Order: sequence, then structure tokens, then C-alpha cells
Amino acid sequence: MAECVRVEGSSHSMDKSITLPPDEIFRNLENAKRFAIDIGGSLTKLAYYSTVQHKVAKVRSFDHTAKEVPSDKLYEISVQEEITARLHFIKFENAYIETCLDFIKDHLVNTETKVIKATGGGAHKFKDLIEKKLGLKVDKEDEMTCLIKGCNFVLKNIPHEAFVYAKHADSEFRFQNTHPDIFPYLLVNIGSGVSIVKVESEDKFERIGGSSIGGGTFWGLGALLTKTKRFDELLQLASKGQHTSVDMLVKDIYGGSYGSLGLTGDLIASSFGKSATADKDFSKEDMAKSLLHMISNDIGQLACLYAKLHNLSRVYFGGFFIRGHPVTMHTITYSINFFTKGEVQALFLRHEGYLGAIGAFLKGAEEDNPNQYSWGENYAGSSGLMSVSPDINPMQRARSGTFPFDMLEMDRLERQLVNLPLLQDASSYIPDTVDLTEDALAREYWLSCFEEALDGVVKRAVASQPDIPEAAERAEKFRQKYRHKLQTLRHQPFAYGSLTVRSLLDTREHCLNEFNFPDPYSKIKQRENDVALKYYQKAVKSLEELSWEERQFALVRGVLAGNVFDWGAKAVSDVLESDPEFGFEEAKRQLQERPWLVDAYDQWIERLKGPPHKCALFFVDNSGMDIILGVMPFVRELLCRGTEVVLASNSGPALNDVTNGELQILTERIAAMDPVIQSGLKEDRLTLVQSGSSSPCLDLSRLDKVLAMVVRERQTDLVIIEGMGRAIHTNYYAMLTCESLKMAVIKNSWLADRLGGKLFSVVFKYEDPTRKPSKDTVALTPS
Amino acid sequence: MAYNGHQREDEASDDGETPTKQLRSVKEMPGYLRNDTENEAATPGGSATSDRPTSNSTARHRMDSGKKSRPPFPWFGMDIGGTLVKLVYFEPKDITAEEEQEEVENLKSIRRYLTSNIAYGKTGIRDVHLELQDLTMCGRTGNLHFIRFPTHDLPAFLQMGRNKHFSSLHTTLCATGGGAYKFESDFRTMADLQLHKLDELDCLIRGVLYIDSVVSSGPSECYYFENPTDPERCVQRPYTLENPYPLLLVNIGSGVSILAVYSENNYKRVTGTSLGGGTFLGLCCLLTGCSTFEEALEMASQGESTRVDKLVRDIYGGDYERFGLPGWAVASSFGNMMFKEKRESVSKEDLARATLVTITNNIGSITRMCALNEKIERVVFVGNFLRVNTLSMKLLAYAMDYWSKGQLKALFLRHEGYFGAVGALLELLNPS
Repeated sequence: MAECVRVEGSSHSMDKSITLPPDEIFRNLENAKRFAIDIGGSLTKLAYYSTVQHKVAKVRSFDHTAKEVPSDKLYEISVQEEITARLHFIKFENAYIETCLDFIKDHLVNTETKVIKATGGGAHKFKDLIEKKLGLKVDKEDEMTCLIKGCNFVLKNIPHEAFVYAKHADSEFRFQNTHPDIFPYLLVNIGSGVSIVKVESEDKFERIGGSSIGGGTFWGLGALLTKTKRFDELLQLASKGQHTSVDMLVKDIYGGSYGSLGLTGDLIASSFGKSATADKDFSKEDMAKSLLHMISNDIGQLACLYAKLHNLSRVYFGGFFIRGHPVTMHTITYSINFFTKGEVQALFLRHEGYLGAIGAFLKGAEEDNPNQYSWGENYAGSSGLMSVSPDINPMQRARSGTFPFDMLEMDRLERQLVNLPLLQDASSYIPDTVDLTEDALAREYWLSCFEEALDGVVKRAVASQPDIPEAAERAEKFRQKYRHKLQTLRHQPFAYGSLTVRSLLDTREHCLNEFNFPDPYSKIKQRENDVALKYYQKAVKSLEELSWEERQFALVRGVLAGNVFDWGAKAVSDVLESDPEFGFEEAKRQLQERPWLVDAYDQWIERLKGPPHKCALFFVDNSGMDIILGVMPFVRELLCRGTEVVLASNSGPALNDVTNGELQILTERIAAMDPVIQSGLKEDRLTLVQSGSSSPCLDLSRLDKVLAMVVRERQTDLVIIEGMGRAIHTNYYAMLTCESLKMAVIKNSWLADRLGGKLFSVVFKYEDPTRKPSKDTVALTPS
Repeated sequence: MAYNGHQREDEASDDGETPTKQLRSVKEMPGYLRNDTENEAATPGGSATSDRPTSNSTARHRMDSGKKSRPPFPWFGMDIGGTLVKLVYFEPKDITAEEEQEEVENLKSIRRYLTSNIAYGKTGIRDVHLELQDLTMCGRTGNLHFIRFPTHDLPAFLQMGRNKHFSSLHTTLCATGGGAYKFESDFRTMADLQLHKLDELDCLIRGVLYIDSVVSSGPSECYYFENPTDPERCVQRPYTLENPYPLLLVNIGSGVSILAVYSENNYKRVTGTSLGGGTFLGLCCLLTGCSTFEEALEMASQGESTRVDKLVRDIYGGDYERFGLPGWAVASSFGNMMFKEKRESVSKEDLARATLVTITNNIGSITRMCALNEKIERVVFVGNFLRVNTLSMKLLAYAMDYWSKGQLKALFLRHEGYFGAVGALLELLNPS
């Protein structure tokens, strides 16, 4: 049954003393349109669509035929305004609804908006208020339809949306991979009653059953038994109680277990069975606990029976009974494990509370075709898991003198993202090598590492905008925001899904963008590219003078040496800051001598003696030495061997990684000097594509659709991934259907230590799925 | 409270003469029998013998001398559940003068005590209306008596057994139910009795099949409700449980067990739920201050659950057509009790009724899902939760019929809670 509960005793009157900080809540209202609202029993969820103006760094080739600009620069960097679409979802208590409506009315500029989509049990109650305050027509949408639409949307667009809850495990939350096909699934919505919905496709779903024993039963019966009025208080009581004094257990009847049926003595034979026979008073806590078990078990059992009947293995639980409450997530999980003997896992959703609002919004935004795009969670603007619950995050409540609220922001991505077609098993692919939610030691190190690096990042951000006086102020805001994120993650590592080095890096990029530092490295990249280009011909010439065997080794060392130049890594940025002349040759000398930490070089050479590859896909890393003196000569050799090459670079800036825009210009420049590259481009044997990402890491399950198409068309049979971010922090264990080469230099002494190596240790991992796995593999996770 | 069965009109007559005649006349109505009467001789379960592999080796050893040798009297079968102890006692009526002479005084006194009373102590009750007369068991003819008392009074029962020197009779006491395990040592130490423990589900099925096969006169053992979805026309009708397999057997005691039975020897426990009779009584005691099952039922019969529950129409104003939910369906059991003013306006009777409806509907719902999963269309409900509980039986009949669109049939048995005890007795007479 749908959620339809009102919080008892809560007044819906506004508190006039509250002033809302516009840069924190209801952001970007000026451009807001397509409002939707979901009013539940105690919480209101508001959704709207807005456009955000971003500063983006663009590179443009100088017109070299023009005589008047004799510049020594390679290309021109300009900062442009770009407009991107963003979805805003805000959750707050119903008591503040009037304050919020007033605020929206005062700040809304867009007058095209005429209607507001509404759903939820409380929608009819507030209909008049909304229409009066906002002057918008309230358009009611079916609750279940909205719920399902929202659920499909988050499952498709938010990696790590679903999780398994394990109370006693090292990490309570185990986030699930986004399965390429989210259908079919079962959604068990536990509101006052229970609805069990089978979802088969975007538009096809059916309520296959339900139960009247749900959250309302817990609340209503609990209030009668314990004289405790509030739902949250009842849950608290339950978490302190002992159900065994109220329930009749198998051992109360049998004296022990019922062995022949495999029923252990601790199982509940009869809920509340002891309160019928024993003549005594029972504590509130014990009764609440017994009631919680009774209801959770019953719902779990029915869910399992429905899942079995319809042959469904993915079962998501939601509704106010679940909504972020560890107590109920635990009892439901326990019940599902018991009744399916572990065959079905109870799944929960990070943004479960927003489903109705998202769905209602999508209903109203159909003309914008939101389902045609890929969306990404903006870590800067979203508050993460469960931050609205005052018990769990008192910090949030106390913040900034306003009322507690929770936000989710999603950016529309310019490109549609899909799986790399070469993944062995897309459904089990996990990009990240180490899950920091599970690895406490690594988490501690990386959180501190990112915190220590923050000063440098702020400094560089300011330096990247020397002509803009208020840059320092923005950079300070960035520092506060990112530091706050890091603090949140210390307390709740699971706040945005699994915590990984990638998510920490991405969060930093999102925060930088938020404060209009779109590309702090643009000038540094430009300078490095410029320096490196001057050496290109010399480097190629010296390589050509080598014998075949010597050349192959020099090429690999070149890629590795180039990879030492990485502003993302602390050790390197220290050296580079102090000594900008740190050269390519110097880098080579820093490299570990063979045998490397992971050394499959002999197998690689053996392979090169065989027939050439049809097509190589190369995920490139840094600008400057790396791309120009490391990658390009390697690419050149592949082309000479008769292998086509697809160079995949980032769509948007991240650290000093070369972007697709920059790479286009660099390749043109190199082509002008090098006939091999020139003819490669001309004959379409060398192709540049964008990855669809703006991250220093690489998620092979979210790549530009065009890239996937090119990979398929060219019959790619070799994937090369270079750099720590893409080949170590992510994808180290990625299994592909074709040969792969993962090359990186460990530029972090802690990580090197952990892997049993030293700073500048080399990882050279060559894998061929048709052969046995290389014995040189080093486990990157402590066993 | 009434000590007898589900038919209130029975109360006046000891042997159920009147209803028997009524039912017989119904039985002769055309269209009642679905199966050919020719098959009656082949009624399954007629013989209680089976070669099911069970672990009752002790019983077999004791009665090695073959099937013709009968165990000595007294013949008891016992089922010690979480709430109630169920005892069946076979009273031989064909005792010869010679036998009478030889019969030891202890045995005589036990027989006299049990058969001349209908209540024992404060809480023991003989369900006279269920008594099966002129029954032939193991070559002897007599009456089968059905007795029950609360499990917490077991010590008093053991004391009585000790006082009457039960152990001197050297009988085997076949017992099933969890209490057979839990209280085994009490039987030994308090009454010097050695229990022969039996699996409760084995006994249950054996008992059901036996009773159904031997009851030929009197009220039909098995019955159902005709027109379950129409309260005006809903009437109890006899049912012949011929070719009963496969059937879903739902035993509602303190908790609930659901079994899929494919033949006498082939069954499995599909699932169970802890929301059973014990939950109904337990919650009623807490919510209303009552203390007995009969009291709780009496209150429930006078209450109105719709004041306590939140119905679909309370939310949607009528039916929720998008999902085919009728307005009268319960959306949230006890859902109205979330609100203070509604908590203050309900009576104890309303709460008792809502508890009964909640528990009953939930059992119906789980049963229906099991029936679908197991592809079984016939459901037999047994267990003492249904004793004098026509309200729940009609609700179950309604729920099965309505939500399955007439596909599922709910069946009930008169000896609702005694089958485990009967199965235990059969084990004594015909060890498997």
C-alpha cells in the first residue's frame, strides 16, 4: 500500500525565523522549471530542473597562416560559459513546507512554468497551499507509477545506487554494481501497508501483491502496546529490546531445536506467544522488538514467496519503514536470508526517499526526453546517504542555523554512456581496485592524503586564474566544501556509495567545477605540451636508430617515464614544483630496473614477434612528456606494424590529463612533423575519440557511446591502459575479452610500500584471455 | 465457555444427533459428491500402516511379536504443543467378563476417571462432541475420547499420573509435539514414564488421513463454506476428502506450519509463520487484558475491525482501480492506530477483532502464495486456533476464494486440533 501517513502532532505551520541560504538550498532557482513535489507522511521532496552556467576551458588552435600573431604558444586557451542541465532534488520535513514555498516564490524568475507535478499521500492535503503560494496548477500523478519511474532512473544512472546491508560486517553497506540490464526486479514498498510490484521494463510494471501488515501496523500496534507515539521512538525502543521474553521460541516448545526440520531453537515459533501464557508485565522495549521482528519476518516471507513465484532474484525494499533505518534494514535482511537460505539478497537504495519525486518530475519532463541522456550524480551538490536522519548526522542538523535538509543533484552528461563491449562480464565488472569502505587502513591513508594535498590544490586553483581577483575567495569556498566532504566521508565512508580513490578524485573535480575552476592545470598542460613537442623528432630519431628488440624496450620505458609526470601524484608534484626542468631522461633514470614489480615484459615481446594486432585501443593519461614522448612513439610503432590505433582521451579536464580537445591539436602538430602519424590520420588508421569521462580514473562501464561503436567496428583486439588512476586505482583486475596491457609507475610511496615495492616501481601487466593468467600478478588488496 | 466444537447449536446435545441428520440430508443432494461413490472402498489413508522410513525403532522393538499382538491397555496418544496438550484415549467397549476380571484396578480407575468426567481439574476438558463411538481399532471396539488441557498444567497431569500409578501399567506412552522432547525428562522423573517421541508432522498427517477415513456416520469430518464471498448465503457444507492429493495442510497452533502432502508417506513442510494462534491470544491479552482464548474470541465477535484498520477506501476514497484493489480491503492492519484520536475511540472488542482479522488474513495470504508456488488447489486448515472460531474459518474461506478468483478451496476438519495426538495413538497400535 502506498505511503499515506502523517506525522502525528507535527504542526505544518511555518517558522518565520528561518532564513534560507540560497547558495545551499534550492540552488539555481533563477533558471528552474518543471517542478515536481512528493509529499509523504513526514517528508516533502521537491524536484526541479535547472540550467547551470559553467566556466569551461576550451582550447583552440591558432591560425598559423595568420601573420600577425607570432606566438610561442601551441594553442589558445579560452574560458567559455557553457550551459548544462541539472536536476535538483531537495528533501525536508513537512513542517517547513510553507517556508520553502515562500522562498521558491520569491526566487523564481522563470515564468513559463504553469504546473507542478505532485504525488504522495500528502499531496492532496497541501494542494491548495501550493497553488496559492506558487500560482502553479497542481497536477496529481499516480504514486506507484512515480515510484517505479524514479526507481528505474536511479538504478540506470547512479552507480552504487543499490546496496546490501550487513550489520555485523566490516562495512555495513555493500554496494552493488549497476547491472547493464536493470530489469526485471521486484520492488517491495513498505509504507503503512506493503505493495509488491514486479517491474519488467521502463513502462511495464504490475502490483502482484501486498500485505496489510506493514509500517502502519508497526506504528499503530506499537503505539497501542507501548504508549509511544512516534515511529522513530518505536524503532529506538525496538533496538534496545529482547524479543525472546515475549516470543515463544522453538526451544520454548521443544526444549531445544526441532532437528528433523532443521529449525533451530532460537527461531520464533509464535510471535507474542509468551504474552498469552505468562502472567506478567512486558517491557516496552521487548514488545517493540518482538513486533519489529514479527512484521519484518512476515514481509520478508511474503516477498520471498512472490519472488519465487515470479522467478525474480533482485528484490529492492523501500518505503518509510525502511528509509535509511539500520534497524529495519537489518531485520528485513535477516528475514530474506532466512527464507531464501541466502539465494536472494535484500537490496536497498541510496536515494530511495527521492524515488517518488524523481518519478513525478520525469512524468512532467517527458518533452525534455530525460531518459535519452546519461546522468551523473554530482558529488559536490549531493548530501549523500542518510544525512537527513538527525541521529546519524547531528552535524548536518546543527549546520548554518537552518532546518535539516538533504539534497541530490544530477548533471546531464553530454554523452550517452555505455559499457566497453570488450568487458568479459559487464555485470560483475568493478572499476575500483580497492574499496575504501571495506579497507579501513587504506581509507585512513587516502583521506589524510587528500586532505594534505588540499592546500596545494587551492594554491594551484588560484594561480590558474591570476587576472580574476575574487578567485582566492572562490578557492577558499572550494577548500571548505571539499574539506567538509572529506570529513563526512570519515564518518560515513558509504555516503556516496563505495568510497574509492576514484570517488575522492571525482568529488574534488566536482567541487572545483562548482566554484568555477574548470581546469586549473590548463596553462601547465600547455607549457608541458610545448616543451615536449620540441623533443618529439629527436626522440623518434633516436628510437629509430635502435635495433628492434632495443626499440621495443625503449618504447615501453618511454611510456613509463612519461607517466612519471603526473601532477595528480604528490611525490611528483613536489619535485615538479621545485624543479620544473625535471626532464624526460631524468624520469627514465628514476624508473625501477627490471625485473619490475609486475613484469610481463617477456610475454609482451614474445607476442610482438607474432602477427600484428588488428586494432589497439589506448586510454591515455597525462599531457606533455607522457602523451608526446611516451605514448605517441609507441602508437607510431603500432601503426608501423600495421595495427590501427584508437586514442581515447578524457572529454573534460581532470588534473593534468590530456583532454580530447588538446589531443586533437597535439596530434595535428605531430602529424606535421611525422609522416607516419600523418598518413595514419589521413588513412583513418589513427582515430581520436573521447572517453566520455572527466575523471583521472576510468570506469569501463560508463564510456562514450561513440567509443564503444568505434571499438566494435574496428574489431579491437588490444586494449592499452596507462597510468595509476586508470590502470592501478581502477581496472587493475578488469577482465577483458581481448589482450590487454596495463602500464603504470607507482608514484605514491604508501601504495608502493603496500605492494611490496619502492617509489617509482613499475607495473607492466600483459594479459591474454586465451592464455593462462600471468604468474607475475601482484595482489593490490591485502589478503 | 463452551467446551465443544465449532457448531454452537451442538451445545445442547451430547452426541450431535441433530446436526447429523441435517448434514445427511444435505449429503444426498445432487451435485454434492464430486467423486463416484464406488471409490469409497478405496479411500486413501484407510489403513494407518505405512512403511515410511522413520526413526521409531524403540516402538518396533517393543512390539516385535507381530501385528496381531496388541499393545496392552490403556491406549493413549498425546500431542504436547506450545499452548495446549491434546490427549486421545481409546476406551474399549468390548471388554469381556474375563478381561474385566483380569483388569488391574489402576487401569479401571483411569478409564472410569476419564470417561465419567468431561472436565478435569480446573483446565482439562473432554470435547464430548468430538467423541467417536463404536470405533474399531486394532481389532477392538470402543470409543475414542478427545481431551485437552493447557501445556502449563502439564505438571498437574504428571502428578495425577504418579498418583494413579500409571507407570505400573507398563504401557508405552506415544507422544508428539515439541513438549514430547522438552518434557521427556519430567515424564521420567515425575511420573516414572518413558515417552516414545514421535515427529509431529508425521503424526499430524497420519491422524488427518485416519480420522477422515473412519468417520462415516455423524457429522462429516471435512467441510467447507459455500458462497464464502456472500455473507448472507455463506453456509457450511460437508465435503468428501476423496483423492485428497495433493493437498496443502495448514496447521494453525501457537505458530503455523504449512505442509504440501502428495501421498500419505510423501510430504514436505513448505514453510511456516510465527504469526499464529499464540500471536492472536498474546496480542489480545496485551491489548485487552483478557486471559483466555474463549474470552478473546468472544470479544472479537462483538468488535469492528474497520475502526482499527486503515482500509483502501480510507486512503483512496474508494477502490484503488489502478491495481484492482477493492475499497473494503485492508490497506494497513492497525493503520488507524497511528493516530491518537483514533486510538482513543476504539473499544477492546474492536482491537480483539482487528487482531483476529490481521492474523487470519495473513495466514490466508501466506497459504495462498504457497498454494500457487506448489501448484496445489486444495487447502485443509487444521489446528486449535480454529476451535470455536467460525469467524476465522469464514474469513479464510473468503480470502482463499476471493484472491484466487475461485481457484482455491478452503477445507476444514471437525477434529481440528487433535490429529497429532491421533497420529501418536496410531503409532502405538500400528508402528510404522
